[in-house]
Amino acid sequence: MFELFRKKENLRDRAFMILTLLCAFLPLAAAIGFLILLGGNSAEAFRTFGFGFLVSTQWDPVQELYGALPAISGTLVTTLIALGIAAPLGFISALFLVNAPEWLAYPLSQALDLLAAIPSIIYGMWGLFVLAPVMQECIQPFLADTLGLGKVPFFGEDYNGFGFLTAGLILALMVLPYICAVMRDVFRMTPGPLREAAYGIGCTSWEVASDIVLRHGLRGILGAVFIGLGRALGETMAVLFVIGGIAELPHSLFGSGTTIAATLANNFNEADGLLRSVLFALGLILMLLSLSVQAVAQLYLRNMDRKRGEK
Amino acid sequence: MLDTLLSPKEKLKIKIAARDLSFFYGDHQALFANNLEIPENRITAVIGPSGCGKSTHLRIYNRIFELYRDQRAEGEVLIDGVNILDRNVDVLELRRKVGMIFQRPTPFPMSVFDNVAYGMRLHFKLRKSEIAERVEGALRGASLWEEVKDKLNGSGIALSGGQQQRLCIARTIAAEPDILLLDEPTSAIDPVATLKIEELLLSLRKRFTIVIVTHNMQQASRISDFTAFFYKGRIVEHDTTTRIFTNPSNKKTEEYITGRFG
Ligand SMILES: Nc1ncnc2c1ncn2[C@@H]1O[C@H](COP(=O)(O)OP(=O)(O)OP(=O)(O)O)[C@@H](O)[C@H]1O
Ligand SMILES: [Mg+2]
Repeated sequence: MFELFRKKENLRDRAFMILTLLCAFLPLAAAIGFLILLGGNSAEAFRTFGFGFLVSTQWDPVQELYGALPAISGTLVTTLIALGIAAPLGFISALFLVNAPEWLAYPLSQALDLLAAIPSIIYGMWGLFVLAPVMQECIQPFLADTLGLGKVPFFGEDYNGFGFLTAGLILALMVLPYICAVMRDVFRMTPGPLREAAYGIGCTSWEVASDIVLRHGLRGILGAVFIGLGRALGETMAVLFVIGGIAELPHSLFGSGTTIAATLANNFNEADGLLRSVLFALGLILMLLSLSVQAVAQLYLRNMDRKRGEK
Repeated sequence: MLDTLLSPKEKLKIKIAARDLSFFYGDHQALFANNLEIPENRITAVIGPSGCGKSTHLRIYNRIFELYRDQRAEGEVLIDGVNILDRNVDVLELRRKVGMIFQRPTPFPMSVFDNVAYGMRLHFKLRKSEIAERVEGALRGASLWEEVKDKLNGSGIALSGGQQQRLCIARTIAAEPDILLLDEPTSAIDPVATLKIEELLLSLRKRFTIVIVTHNMQQASRISDFTAFFYKGRIVEHDTTTRIFTNPSNKKTEEYITGRFG
């Protein structure tokens, strides 16, 4: 009687286990499927250009010569600008949200969540109609002429409101809510006694945040940054209108260029033959880029865990 | 008040004096106009049933309660004659002078060495060699040096609970405080480690003024010179530990130490 009952239980358990197993494998299967699709379709491009494709800067549809470097570097530059702005800003605003009185923190948190819910095309429109003119008329002249950064390499004296800096700013604004929200939760999870101990030894709020809370929540904070990174890498609509859309290597922050996602969006409609394969190859590169970011993050975290002796 | 408790030969300097000290969590009053004098270089035990306000009382001394918006203290706490509840007191310096050890060990997420060096660096400008020297001194002072000298670069979090607690003590004494506040420092720790910490406290008594909250009556009688008995937010009795444990004058105190409630 007893054993019968147990077996039944086991069976149900088994069925459940198999179900969860299937669900767990679904993402893996999807990822492999994507890789196969992208790999298969990009074969022609790699066969034509070899791995020189990765470092070539050509983009000549008439002669059918294509290189991926402008798009790759543009993607990296915009992403770095976005994270360079959004990560510290997110850290500081999360810190503020955690310490602010409830009547202030609550509406601000809500606004932040709202920001995260805005579709990226809206950011793109805002970038085109609001940010780009402002950049052209105020920010770029200020940076280039007033601060004299125009003479410095990587800033440049020509500006038209578009380009890497504008795109990076929009991206920063887009990923800020994610970074900030995750960091806020990380801060809230810092154990009370640990915070008290830090204050208790004579830390200022800033020291508690940057030395204790930051280290304690480093995992979560890096997680937040990587979420932002992942989004910024592949973001299309917010970047498309303001990046300029020319396949050139980034030579200045104010200059126009392109990103992988923007190149894909611009060209897929009429692409066939070799160009189509080239675009798939770009897609493959983007995916591998994202994957390697994840892999590096994981490795780093594991290494850190070992150092701190938590595992 | 304390003077009357002591034999004339024992002239003790009063390090901390609480005057009409009340405390509020929002509308809830947790302490009621208490007076307490704590002598220098002695161990004072704070005992009493759960919820009577022992932790609350201790947390006033380093103003850690100010981290929370709805908590406030009324009255005075004089440390070396200065009212530390005064707005003009530098809290950071106060907290260096008044170190606190908590119930659960709170190692910082950094190496053993940095755990101790951290607080020191906050308050003193030191050369590298001086830091190393003082870290060793503090770890020896906390009877931890022998156990960790080979893993100074290992994580503080990887130590055992008792070691972590001594690490916290080392970290605190590295900042060269005058006063050590300990809130049930051994209640999360095994008996052997507890004895180690008790010995440690006895050895630190010469250098610091120590106030320790404890639920363990044996512990209070083993290590403390004076004992204050709290009950429902009031200090019911404060006397030498010997007298509290052999001949308490208050009936509640007697009931508590003989284990009839609490
Ligand atoms: N954060 C808080 N908010 C509101 N009330 C609190 C808070 N902390 C403590 N109290 C109340 O204040 C009173 C004293 O609490 P306290 O923590 O000082 O007691 P305690 O003597 O340290 O008890 P224990 O021995 O359990 O640690 C209790 O009635 C408790 O409910
Ligand atoms: Mg307590």
